Amino acid sequence: MEVSLDELKHMVSDRALTGDTVLLNMGPQHPSTHGVLRLLLELDGEVVINCIPDVGFLHTGIEKNMEAKTYDKAAVMTDRLDYLNNLGNNLAYCMAIEKLVDLDVPPRAQAIRVVMTELERLSSHLVWLATHALDLAAMSVFLYCFRERERILDIKEMVGGQRMMTTYFRPGGVWRDLPEEFFPTVRGFLDDFPRRIDEYEALLTRNPIFIDRTRNIGVLSVETALQWGVTGPILRASGLGADLRKDQPYCGYEQYDFEVPTHTDGDTYARYLVRMEELRQTVRIIRQALDKMPSGPVRSNNRKFVPPPRSELAHSMEAVIHHFKLWTEGFNAPAASVYSAVESPRGELGVFLEGDGGPKPYRVYWRTPSLVNLQILPLLAKGHLVADLVALIGTIDVVLGDVDR
Amino acid sequence: MNESLSSAIQTFQEEFGLSSSEFRGQYSLTLSGDKLLPVCQGLRDRFGFEILAGQTAVDYWPQQDPRFHVVYQLRSLQHNSRLSLRALVPGMQPSLPSLTSVYPNADWHEREVWDMFGIHFEGHPDLRRILMPADWEGHPLRKDYPLGYEEVQFSFNKEEIAARKPKPAV
Repeated sequence: MEVSLDELKHMVSDRALTGDTVLLNMGPQHPSTHGVLRLLLELDGEVVINCIPDVGFLHTGIEKNMEAKTYDKAAVMTDRLDYLNNLGNNLAYCMAIEKLVDLDVPPRAQAIRVVMTELERLSSHLVWLATHALDLAAMSVFLYCFRERERILDIKEMVGGQRMMTTYFRPGGVWRDLPEEFFPTVRGFLDDFPRRIDEYEALLTRNPIFIDRTRNIGVLSVETALQWGVTGPILRASGLGADLRKDQPYCGYEQYDFEVPTHTDGDTYARYLVRMEELRQTVRIIRQALDKMPSGPVRSNNRKFVPPPRSELAHSMEAVIHHFKLWTEGFNAPAASVYSAVESPRGELGVFLEGDGGPKPYRVYWRTPSLVNLQILPLLAKGHLVADLVALIGTIDVVLGDVDR
Repeated sequence: MNESLSSAIQTFQEEFGLSSSEFRGQYSLTLSGDKLLPVCQGLRDRFGFEILAGQTAVDYWPQQDPRFHVVYQLRSLQHNSRLSLRALVPGMQPSLPSLTSVYPNADWHEREVWDMFGIHFEGHPDLRRILMPADWEGHPLRKDYPLGYEEVQFSFNKEEIAARKPKPAV
C-alpha cells in the first residue's frame, strides 16, 4: 500500500519535509532484521534521526484461533509464537490452564519442564549470539553456535519426536516420560558445553572490533527500561536483577542454586556479557535438575483434565468414558481469568487466559517480551549510525513471531 | 497477599470506590474509564507498580453490558507483586483515556487494542493499526467478527446454521 508523506508527518522531524534528511525503508526483507521487521529510517547522512518500526508482517491471528479450539488443542499453536522458545510458550500456556482449573503437576514433570525449558534457553541464546555476531561480521561464531544448537535440537527430537514444534508440555505435566538415553546425552552435552562458551568468548569478549561495535552503543538507563516495561536480559544489563525464576518461582526453581547475572553499563556490550553469563548459569540449573530428578508419574492423575493412558482403555469402562469426553468435548474451565508468567530468554512471557465455563478459552492474550522490548528500539537508535542500528536489533533479541502473534 | 498490595487495594477501594476481586491468589480492581489515569498514577507513584506488564481487552458481546473490559496487568518489582485492573468500556463508540503519559509502553499495547477491538484511546500520540494492514476493515478479536470457517451441520441444527450462512448476492 502506498503511504503519502502527509501520513508520516507526525512521526518524522520537520527537516524531512524540506528534504534536509532522507527517509529510507529498511526491511521487511533485510537480512539483519531477524525476521520480517520493517524500519522506516530518517537519516542525516549516516546518522539515524528517527526510527519507526513497522510490525505485523507475521501476524497469524493465533489469539483469535485459540478461541475456536479446546484448551488441549489450542496448545499446539503456542509453539508457533516465539519460534526460538517453543517449550517456553507451552509452559506459559500450560501453567495458565493449570492455574485456571487448579490442576496439579507431579514433581517429575516439573523437573522435566525445568530441564527442557533451560535447554531451550541455551538454544535461543545460541541463535541470538550467532546472528548478533554475524551482524557484526563475526562469521565463525555463527557456525560454532549452530553446531551446538543442533545438538539441543537433537535432544528435543529424542524427547518430543520433533526438532522444534514439539508441544511436549501438556496441561498437567508432559506428554511422555524421558527416554533412557536422554540422561547420558544431556550430560555429555553439558560436559562439553562450558568449553564451547569459552570458545565463543575467546572470539568475541576481548575482540577489539566487537568491543568497538558494542560498547556505549544503545545505552539504556534502568529508569527508562522500567518506564518502557522492558524485562529479561536487557533490564538485567541495565542493573536490575529481576528474574521471574527467582522473584516468583514456578516449576520448583526455588530448589536450584543459580545466580541472576547483572551489569550496570546498560549498553550492547553489557547485554552481551549478561547473556553469556546466563548460558553458564543455565548449565548449572540443568545439572542440578538432572541430579535431583524425582521418579514418579509425568502427568497428573486427575482424569477430569488428563486423558487416561492407552493401557487402561482395554479394561476400564471409566477410562473409556474419560477418554471419549476429553477427546470430543474437552474439559470445562471456570468463568474467570488468570495471568501466569514465565521467564523466557527474552523476558517476561505472560499468558492472560479467561474461561467462560465451557471447553474453549474465551480469551487468550499473550504478553510477549519481544513486542514490549522492541518498542525501545527508536529510543536506542536515535543518534547512532545505521551500522549500529544493526547491532541494536541484534541486542534486543527480537523474534518477530513473538511480536506479531 | 503482601502488605503493600493489600494496602494499595484498600486505599483505592476507599478513595475511588473501586470493587476488588480475587481468583486463585490473583487480585483485580474494576473501575470505570474516567478513574483510570488517577488510579494508575497512584499505583505507580505511591505503591511502586513500576511496570505495565501487559494490556488487552475482552469482548463480552452479546451477553454483557458494558461490552468491553480493558485489562491491565501491573507488576511491582520492588514489592514483587502483581495487580490487574479492569476498565469497563461501553460498546457504543468505545473509548478510554490513554495511559501513555503514565506508562510509555502503553503506546503499542493501545495500538494493538485499537487494532483488534476498535477501542479508541484519547490522548494517544499515534493511534494507528499495528498488526493488521492499514487498510483492513473491522476489528478481528471482537466476538462479532466472522471467523471465516464453515460450521458443521448436524440434523438437529441444520436449519439454524443454514439460516446464518451468507447468501450469494442476487
